[in-house]
Formats: sequence, C-alpha cells, structure tokens
Amino acid sequence: MQISHTLILTGSAALSATALAAPATAQTLDVTFTLPRLSVAEYHRPYVAIWIEKEGAPARTVSILYDLGKKNNAGTKWLRDVRSWWRASGRSLTLPADGVSGATRPPGTHKLSFTAGKGGMPNLAPGKYTILVEAAREVGGREVVRVPLTVTAAGAKGSATGSAELGAVNVVVSR
Amino acid sequence: MKMFRTLLLAAGAALALPTMADAAPRPWMLPSETMFAGTGNEWLTVDAAISSDLFYFDHPGQNWEPVITAPDGSVVEAQNRTVGKLRETFDVPVTAKGSYKIAITNVMVMGSFMLNGERKMLPRGTTPATLATAVPQGATDVQTAQATTRIETFVSAGEPTTTVFKPTGKGLEMVPVTHPNDAVVGEASTFQFLLNGKPAADLDVTAIAGGVRYRQDLKQIDAKTDAQGKVTLTWPDAGMYWVSVSTGGRRGPGSPEGGPGGPGAGAPAPQGGGEGQGTPRPPMGPPQDRATYAMTIEVQG
Repeated sequence: MQISHTLILTGSAALSATALAAPATAQTLDVTFTLPRLSVAEYHRPYVAIWIEKEGAPARTVSILYDLGKKNNAGTKWLRDVRSWWRASGRSLTLPADGVSGATRPPGTHKLSFTAGKGGMPNLAPGKYTILVEAAREVGGREVVRVPLTVTAAGAKGSATGSAELGAVNVVVSR
Repeated sequence: MKMFRTLLLAAGAALALPTMADAAPRPWMLPSETMFAGTGNEWLTVDAAISSDLFYFDHPGQNWEPVITAPDGSVVEAQNRTVGKLRETFDVPVTAKGSYKIAITNVMVMGSFMLNGERKMLPRGTTPATLATAVPQGATDVQTAQATTRIETFVSAGEPTTTVFKPTGKGLEMVPVTHPNDAVVGEASTFQFLLNGKPAADLDVTAIAGGVRYRQDLKQIDAKTDAQGKVTLTWPDAGMYWVSVSTGGRRGPGSPEGGPGGPGAGAPAPQGGGEGQGTPRPPMGPPQDRATYAMTIEVQG
C-alpha cells in the first residue's frame, strides 16, 4: 500500500504537469454528500472518509475529514473508528496528507471535488468502481454508503442514500 | 463442573487424564480493541479468564504469565498485571506499527505412579517444573503426559504484519492465511493449525461469538481442519469470537472416534451426576499428550 501510495504521488507530479499543459482534459470526481442534522444531546461532527474501490486494485482514499487542528496530530487516534475505511485504506496512509486530509464539516450538504493526479485521486480508466463514503460520529453511529459507478470515456454518474449518519450521496465523474 | 473433575480424579487410575476438554471452562483473553491508529502512544488492556460463557467472568481468576510479542519480534513487558477474584488483567503499551501477539501458554503434567503397590495420581497443577517434587521417592512406573494450552489474541497498529506468527513447533499453534485482524463479517477467514510444527489435520474447530448470555442459541460454528491443517470460517456477525481447536475430541456430543481424552475419558463418570452416557469406557492406555489452542479475534462489521 505504501508503495502504491508513493506511486500515486509520483504519478501526480507527472499528471500535474500534463494538467498544467492541458487543464481542460483533467478528469474530475465530484462527491456531494449530506450530513443530516441530528437532534441529539451531544453532537460532534463526524469523521468522513471517501475512497474508491476497484476489484483487484488497492483502495484509494481521496478524502478523510477529521480533527485536523488538534495538537500533535492527536486527531489521528480516532481515525480507526471509521472502521470500514480504516481497514480498506486508512491504516496504510500517513496522515495528514496533502489534498486528502480535511477538517470535519457541519451538518448540511457538501461538495468535494477531486482532480485526477492531485492528492489521492487517481485517473479512473473506464471500468467498474465503487465510491464509498463512511461517516463515524463520536458517541454516535457509523454508516457506509456505497455508490457503484461504471466509468466510460464520457464519465459517470451515480447516487445512493444513507439512512442514519449520511443522507444523499451523489457522484459525478467528468472530463 | 469442577466437581466432576475432582470425582474423576478420585475415581483413580482408571482415568489417566483429567478431562480438560470436556469439563474445563473455556480459557480466553479479551483485548480492549484490536485496531490501533499507530500514533505511538496508545494502550491496550487485556482481560484474561476462564469461564463457561463467553466473555464473562464466572470462574476464579488465573495467575497466567502473558508473553507479548511486538511487531519486531521483541518481547514487551505487560504492565499493571493484576489477578483479581474473577479475572486477570494487564496493560500493553502499543508503541510500534504492525501486529502484536499476546499469548499465554500453560503446560500441565498429568499422570500417575506406583507407590507401595498402589497407583497414585499426580496432583492437579503439576507442571514440568514441579514434576520432580511431585513424584515421591520410591515411586515406580511413572506415566506422564503433558497438556499444553495456548491462548492468544492479536492487535494491529496501522497495517497488520505477520512477523509474530513464527511457530515455535510446540503444541498447537495458529499460522494465519487470513490475518486475524482482517476478519470481516460476511467474509471467509482461513487459518492453518500446526501440532508440534506439523499440519494438524482433521481436528475439530469451533468458533463462538461473545455475548452468549443474551442469546438462546449458542450459534457455535463447527468446522474441521483439512490435510494441511487449514480451516476456513465465514463470519455471520461482527463481534469478538473465540476460536478453539483441541486434539482429542473437544466438547460436543458424538465425536465418534474417541481416543485419549475423547468421549470415553471425557464423559463424566455416572456418579458425576446425570450426564452418564452409558458409553463403555475404552481400556486404559498410557496417558497421551494433548494440546488446546484458543484465540480471540474481532470480526469487523
């Protein structure tokens, strides 16, 4: 995993160069997700992970939102509570990572955009993928939403809806 | 249950082995968690106990010496080790990235000897270290066998590693095909078991999820090791599981092939009360070594 991550970074340098030369052709992934407003006595913003799975390939984390501001990187201690993501990808990462780590978000609808070759975002060759979004809330619940995606040359669209910790998740791949 | 064993021992030379497998409660460890972030300053705490139900404290606490192996193979000292009335507990500093093994190994010596024309049993709790003093002067025809019990659990900081699984070649041991910290609900895990370093074929494997007290069905998963000593288990639910393997017919009715410590030796004697199975006891042979392995693993949901 470490190796593949390094490869991504190396690839990113190369791709960034390409992107600079021809920015219009860069593939982008837009993930829009809703964090429901919950009526609970003690609310903490959830940790949210977004990653890409493809059969036979290691999972790729594109985003992890957590307590980034804590001293001594202390927010990382609870990353393993985003349990599905932790096992799929998180435990092999060194965090914080540029373009991957982000601060937690309040309830509401959020759109995150990723550009192929930047941060943790790979270029998605045509094929079948799953975009996974997992939210884990301190003293609260945890939920994973899976969005199956068939990427073609034209891009891809997909959506799914959570029932507790996540609302609607919409995914768009475009070029 | 304890009473059965005492009775069996009192029953004398007819039974060369105490009935560890059938009458004994289950030995286990319970880790506070199995997945660590790997920040370098985390703590694991472990409960260790024997009990009838998993994972509850309902038998006397055991004074067990845990051996903790760090990802680099070094031995980590357990801290704050306490033996309570119903359990033992200890802390483990998780400072390195990779997988840790927490193991407790017990070797008991069972057997008998002739003294003044009478066959006497070795006292309960005899170990290889105390055997010499347990056999009095003048004893003849000393017959002994060892019962090796190994219980283990595993935790990983960051990515799991496999350095701690080097087998020692003694007793029953587990070598993962699927890392024990990679068990996931709905997926299959494969483990290989070795007996004295060789594949332990055709042994019964049982897996039981914790929380027994709150369900009526034990939901025990039964499987058997293949010729390579491998077994594949598919996890129906997330949670902590106790996975146990034993030579010589563990719990459960109707393992037909008996053998030392099997149903013949294991069934409580009729005077044990109510559970007499009427199976004729096989003729007594010399005591035989036996081995038990049990691990606690967390199945991720």
